[in-house]
Amino acid sequence: MKLALREAMIGFRRAPMLSALSITTIAFSLFAFGLFSLVALNLREALRQVESRVEIRAFLADDASVESIADAMKVIGDYAEVARVEYVTQEQALERARTELKEFSDVFEAGFLPASVDVRLREGFRSPEQVADVAQRIRTFAFVDDVRFGAEWIQKLYTIRNVATAAGIILGLVFAGVAIIIISATIRMAVMARAREISIMRLVGATDGFIRQPFLIEGFVKGIMGGVLALGLTWFASLVISKYFVQTTFFETRFTLLGLLGGAVIGVLGSALSVGRQIRKVT
Amino acid sequence: MIRFTRVRKEYPRTGTALNDVTFSIAKGEFVFLTGPSGAGKSSILKLIYMDELPTHGEVWVSGTRSTGVKRKEISLLRRKLGVVFQDFRLLEDRSIEANVAFALDVIGTPADKIRTKVSRLLTQVGLASKATNLPRELSGGEQQRVAIARALANDPFVLVADEPTGNLDDRATRGVFQLLREINTAGTAVIMATHNLDLVKRHDFRVLEVNRGQIVFDSADEKGRVPEITP
Ligand SMILES: Nc1ncnc2c1ncn2[C@@H]1O[C@H](COP(=O)(O)OP(=O)(O)OP(=O)(O)O)[C@@H](O)[C@H]1O
Ligand SMILES: [Mg+2]
Repeated sequence: MKLALREAMIGFRRAPMLSALSITTIAFSLFAFGLFSLVALNLREALRQVESRVEIRAFLADDASVESIADAMKVIGDYAEVARVEYVTQEQALERARTELKEFSDVFEAGFLPASVDVRLREGFRSPEQVADVAQRIRTFAFVDDVRFGAEWIQKLYTIRNVATAAGIILGLVFAGVAIIIISATIRMAVMARAREISIMRLVGATDGFIRQPFLIEGFVKGIMGGVLALGLTWFASLVISKYFVQTTFFETRFTLLGLLGGAVIGVLGSALSVGRQIRKVT
Repeated sequence: MIRFTRVRKEYPRTGTALNDVTFSIAKGEFVFLTGPSGAGKSSILKLIYMDELPTHGEVWVSGTRSTGVKRKEISLLRRKLGVVFQDFRLLEDRSIEANVAFALDVIGTPADKIRTKVSRLLTQVGLASKATNLPRELSGGEQQRVAIARALANDPFVLVADEPTGNLDDRATRGVFQLLREINTAGTAVIMATHNLDLVKRHDFRVLEVNRGQIVFDSADEKGRVPEITP
């Protein structure tokens, strides 16, 4: 094991440029992934806050009877998605409008706003589809004039989040692919540089598994180094964004460890994919 | 211990190098492998340490059969035999003792055992005083002794030597050959390919002569007959 580690370091010193290139591409791969994950994460935070305020507001016809409204509220309250149902009279609506839009408080008159039933959904039932679905059901009550919910822009936020996630994954994968190709090339050169040692190892009975070890360790070390670099870059990016654009939250420790692990996987995979073939060429 | 049965070896570009080769070597024997250049001596040795596998026929070495042999089995076989070459094949970037230790290290020998073993081996080949020197600081004969020490590291049952004295002058040749005899006396079989006919004539060891890919003479078959050696 100690020997393997030392051999890995030798490989490192033999091809510093290629090693640096491998580490950088691994870092870029994880950075692309990290950056877009950061966007997705923060959008998700934003969405959660927005969603918690999502309300379906069913405006009531003026002639709706109190009993039918009460019955309907009971039915709606029993929907699995619904957290709370609230009746808002014309007066309350006016009051609310006046406090929310102080500048225009004078222009609102009694009877200007209709009474409504306000519905809040439970967490986990606030996706655009679910909101639309519940709204659709509420619309079927005879005394409901109109149903409003902030559908479009929630949909938009969702789209942005999905695009960011997809972009992160695709870019990350592309860079990971490039990193693996570069590492494979590095391994090829490293094996050739050590052909003499390898052929002697063979001669005295070292197994393929043993000969492979230092190259895999080298890949692992490069992967971790790439991961640390990516972590630094992502962290720096989040600082810049926080300072100049919007306050952002950074990943939990668990997720950053996952990033390092990802780097290690890319490094080891890149090595493993070519080392077997390369060392077989040495006799 | 070693048995070739109707072995044929064809190389991709050069064609048939060995044809219908059958012989066996017993435990502890000393065997000279002779024959003109290109006859197939190195090919026979490579088949013994399974660097090459026969195209037809079978090679059997200490319980390992060439037919369907796995790479792992070849690695394990190599731990039971030692190989030396004309060009020594030492690692130039490390000391004599590191070169010998390397062979033990890569098969997972514990460190303390390596240390005692290496000093014992270097003493055996008469190089204890040069343990920390680099290969290039040694003469050819001394370098070959290092290679032999390395080959002996795993206590092999056979030492396969491909023209071990090919690069050495007479004096160094005698020294290395003397060492090989000592090793043989201690119980290790030695198979030595050589062009040095003087050496062959002067000793009464078994001679296998190869020519154009075939065994044309085996002194074990014709006891008492003087080996007829093509120059
Ligand atoms: N790896 C190889 N690939 C193709 N042909 C080979 C290979 N090794 C040997 N040969 C061919 O096999 C034949 C026998 O070669 P080999 O090396 O066994 O001869 P040799 O008796 O050891 O000769 P020398 O005394 O010159 O070392 C030669 O014709 C050679 O060209
Ligand atoms: Mg030869």
